Amino acid sequence: MPDSSQVKDARRCSVECGTPPLRHFSQSSLALPRNSQSLRTFCTEHNMQECLSYIKQEVSLLSLSPFWTELDDDSQLNVVAVLNCMYDLIQLHHRSLRTLENMEMEQLKLSSYVDNLKTNNTHLKEEVELSKRQNTGLLERERQLHLKLKSLQSSLKNEKDEVQKLQNIISSRACQYNHEMKRRERELNKLRERLNQLLADKKERKQTIDLLNNLGRADGKRSLWKTEKTEAKHEEEMYRTLLSDYELRQRELALENKELRKVMQQIKKEMVSILKSRKLALKEEKQELNGMQTASDDEENEVFDSSKESLELFCIHAREKLTNSIRLQWRRLKSHVEKLDSQDKEEMDRLKLEIQQCKDFIQTQQHLLQRQLSSSIDQDSASLQNDGLMLQEKMHLSEEWKSLEEQRRIFERERRNYTEAAIRLSHERKIFEEDRALWLKQQFLSMSPFGNSNQPHLLKSASALLITETEVGSLNASEMPHECQSVLVSPKSRSVSLTSSSTADLESALCLIPENGSSEHRKSELFEDFNSLHENVPLLRKQWKESKDLSSHSLSEENSTS
Amino acid sequence: MLSNKRRTRFFGLFMERCASHSLLKELRPSVSGVGFVYGSEYLRRNNCGCKMNFSEVFKQSNQLCKVSPDGKYLATCVQYRLVVRDISTLQILQLYTCLDQVSHMEWSSDSLFILCAMYKRGLVQVWSLEQPDWHCKIDEGSIGLVSSRWSPDGRHILNTTEFHLRITVWSLCTKAVSYIKYPKACQKGIDFSTDGSYMALAERRDCKDCISIFVCDDWHLLRHFETETQDLAGLEWSPNGCVLAVWDSCLEYKVLLYSLDGRLLSTYSAYEWSLGVKSVSWSPSSQFLAIGSYDEKVRILNHITWKKIVQFEHPAVIENTKATVYKEVEKRPAEVRDEFSLHNVTMDSTLFSTQSKYEICSLPVQIPAVKPDPDRANPKIGVSVLAFSSDSRYLATKNDNMPTAIWVWDMQKMSLEAVLEHTLSVRCFLWDPCRPRLALCTGNSKLYLWSPGGCVSVQVPVEGDFQVQSLKWHCNGDSVILLGKEQLCLCYMDTEQEEKLNL
Repeated sequence: MPDSSQVKDARRCSVECGTPPLRHFSQSSLALPRNSQSLRTFCTEHNMQECLSYIKQEVSLLSLSPFWTELDDDSQLNVVAVLNCMYDLIQLHHRSLRTLENMEMEQLKLSSYVDNLKTNNTHLKEEVELSKRQNTGLLERERQLHLKLKSLQSSLKNEKDEVQKLQNIISSRACQYNHEMKRRERELNKLRERLNQLLADKKERKQTIDLLNNLGRADGKRSLWKTEKTEAKHEEEMYRTLLSDYELRQRELALENKELRKVMQQIKKEMVSILKSRKLALKEEKQELNGMQTASDDEENEVFDSSKESLELFCIHAREKLTNSIRLQWRRLKSHVEKLDSQDKEEMDRLKLEIQQCKDFIQTQQHLLQRQLSSSIDQDSASLQNDGLMLQEKMHLSEEWKSLEEQRRIFERERRNYTEAAIRLSHERKIFEEDRALWLKQQFLSMSPFGNSNQPHLLKSASALLITETEVGSLNASEMPHECQSVLVSPKSRSVSLTSSSTADLESALCLIPENGSSEHRKSELFEDFNSLHENVPLLRKQWKESKDLSSHSLSEENSTS
Repeated sequence: MLSNKRRTRFFGLFMERCASHSLLKELRPSVSGVGFVYGSEYLRRNNCGCKMNFSEVFKQSNQLCKVSPDGKYLATCVQYRLVVRDISTLQILQLYTCLDQVSHMEWSSDSLFILCAMYKRGLVQVWSLEQPDWHCKIDEGSIGLVSSRWSPDGRHILNTTEFHLRITVWSLCTKAVSYIKYPKACQKGIDFSTDGSYMALAERRDCKDCISIFVCDDWHLLRHFETETQDLAGLEWSPNGCVLAVWDSCLEYKVLLYSLDGRLLSTYSAYEWSLGVKSVSWSPSSQFLAIGSYDEKVRILNHITWKKIVQFEHPAVIENTKATVYKEVEKRPAEVRDEFSLHNVTMDSTLFSTQSKYEICSLPVQIPAVKPDPDRANPKIGVSVLAFSSDSRYLATKNDNMPTAIWVWDMQKMSLEAVLEHTLSVRCFLWDPCRPRLALCTGNSKLYLWSPGGCVSVQVPVEGDFQVQSLKWHCNGDSVILLGKEQLCLCYMDTEQEEKLNL
């Protein structure tokens, strides 16, 4: 990018450098033709020379090969040169166009890049802003924490002071308390003393002993005078008991020691025997190595020998030696055991591997054997397999049979349901037929010669019918519910008729209602609907009024609605 | 012996002795004899055949009932009367009448004399078993009396006066009286060595604790030394009589060990600041010193280095232990009656009360613990009672904030052996003086026994209300005296059979 921009700059520079003479020229000599360019063409017969010179100048400026020289014929232009020149010009033009295009592209790119940079910049600015804000927040928090820390530190210090103070108080109080205690105790002692004195002085009830006759001492001896001798005797007794106790304890300890020594000896013996056996085994190897280890060998021997000696010695030196030898032996034994352990482990691993191999081998063998067997006893096994298959099949079939039986039962039930439904349907159809008959009858009645305007008549007849029916209803109340039921049972047929689109049908359907003799309320509802549906409402009303006149039954609700 | 027992009016019980844990779960005795009440026997035999006989009940007051040290006689006080019976026949041998209601009674070491103290009157009366006409009365006068005891020789009486002004030593041989001043009023301020030759006495002089060691023979002051205690609470001789354990009051955990000659052998302190020692006990072998403290732990010191060798804790939840946890489970009486069937219709009164048995709980077990009120003095927390079995093999402890549980520790394995959890608080537990066998009571009509083989609860088959408040072993370990509120009853354990079986 920067390269291209440099290039561009250079070009611009060259262009600028190139322009001054051109401008100069155009200003001086081509002022006229330029101005007149919009009015007429650049070259006319009159200013041909000027044009030529101008073009020549221009061409030379553009460093193209001159197409016309003074030397050439004045009147005739070198066409080839001109064409070449034109071609060059066109080429130049194309090139410049291309560069322009490129530059525009570049420009676009750059502008988008700049945009991008700008957005980036704003984004970064926002980020900076945000981080600044965060920073300030954090700083604020830090400050707060610092404050808190300071307050906590101060409170801690206060607490510490408090604790110190309290400790001081406690100690001083304890001191005081102890002092008080002592004072009280002294007082108490004084009081006791005094009490003792008083009680001793008191006459009325003294300490007495009333004894029938003195007893002999429990040991049967006479009591002795207290002399220095007795005191010495007591001391002697005391030390004797103490001594006997210590002796007893010493004996116990000696016994324990003996036991422990025995145990140690045994351990030592065992250790020696173990190590010796190992040493013998190692000796052969050592002989091969020769010389070098003789010193250590001696040492070892000494260890064993000294152990033997030390068993008999019980002095301090012997003990040291003994413990040392034991320690040494113990270390050896330990290393030996460790070695054995590691050897064991290796052995174990090896054996495990072997076992695994054996297992694999056995498995492959088994596999092969099986395959062989299966091929050889194919016939036998086939029959057996067949039996098995048969049994399996049988089982399968019985299961299927069961499921089929189940299905059959279900079908049976469904069939019954279906027949019931069919019966119900036929019944419904019958009702429907009846309804239809009634409807047809009405239709027929409506088509009778009285009806040019069929509706009023129909309504009249309907109302008449209604009246008769209601009269019957009033007379025979017990039958009414049946009728109602019948009406209620077949709402479908009516709804069907209601849904039929033609107004005539609708009307007739509506007209059916009074015939069916449902509740008056229902009638009113339906009529309301009718009103909204129909436009010839007044007519209908009139007709209804007439019908009202005719009817002996009062239709108060209809009145209220109207 | 047995025939004698039978002649008296007994009713006996063959009770289970559970030799193994599995047997414990079935406390269903099969009836093998005919049941009688009073004057006859009914027998219940169990798998082991251990038999328990119960005597009829006798009256007593103030729980004053003691077997003579030679194990031949039983002395009981009923109000102001002292009754001495032959322990084998329970026939009354002597009857003495004291001047007032007896508050303390004690046999002399030679089993020849009985001391009866009436603290309110400041009187002590001594009775001779051999010479019923012989009498001795000591009047402490208006100085008062708070404690009276025999000296180990059985010829001197030590009376502590009110306010611990002094201890008066009366000689029955010479009528001589001597005084020991400055005795300290504390938990256990006086102790005689086991062989009876020395007496250690805690004193307080010039606001300092000190100990005087007397030779009991002639009351010669052998040693007198100050102790490094703030407020001495108690002292106890080791059973071999060579070491004296001294402990400070509960404000400071401090145990001091003094030699007989007054040298300080060792000092032990487990912790500082919080409440310290609550109880101290020597093992009969003098090998161990067990210290129970307010932190619910028992620390065992050894007798060679006087350092702690082990520490027993009393956790509320028992887990990860090989110990057996026995829990007392109460059964409804209806079921019990079914079990006991038709044979014992006559002894309903006892059978209608709730029966119980021990069940072995699977771990972990939660031991019910009471949280003590921290604002009150002497909080009910910590190990208050420690008792070694006679062979020093087991240690039984009671932690006060778990009053229903008794913990038994094995001193060889140094681990928890068993925990006995009861429905009521344990009132008293004592080891058999001859065998590793623990008897305990919880203030109901049952006697509980533990031995390494198992654990059993026995209903005391007595008519009426008999609640065992405390108990006492006979010195040969063959019988236990069960003390109710105003009655007592003897429980004989036929251990001969048991021992044969064990052989």
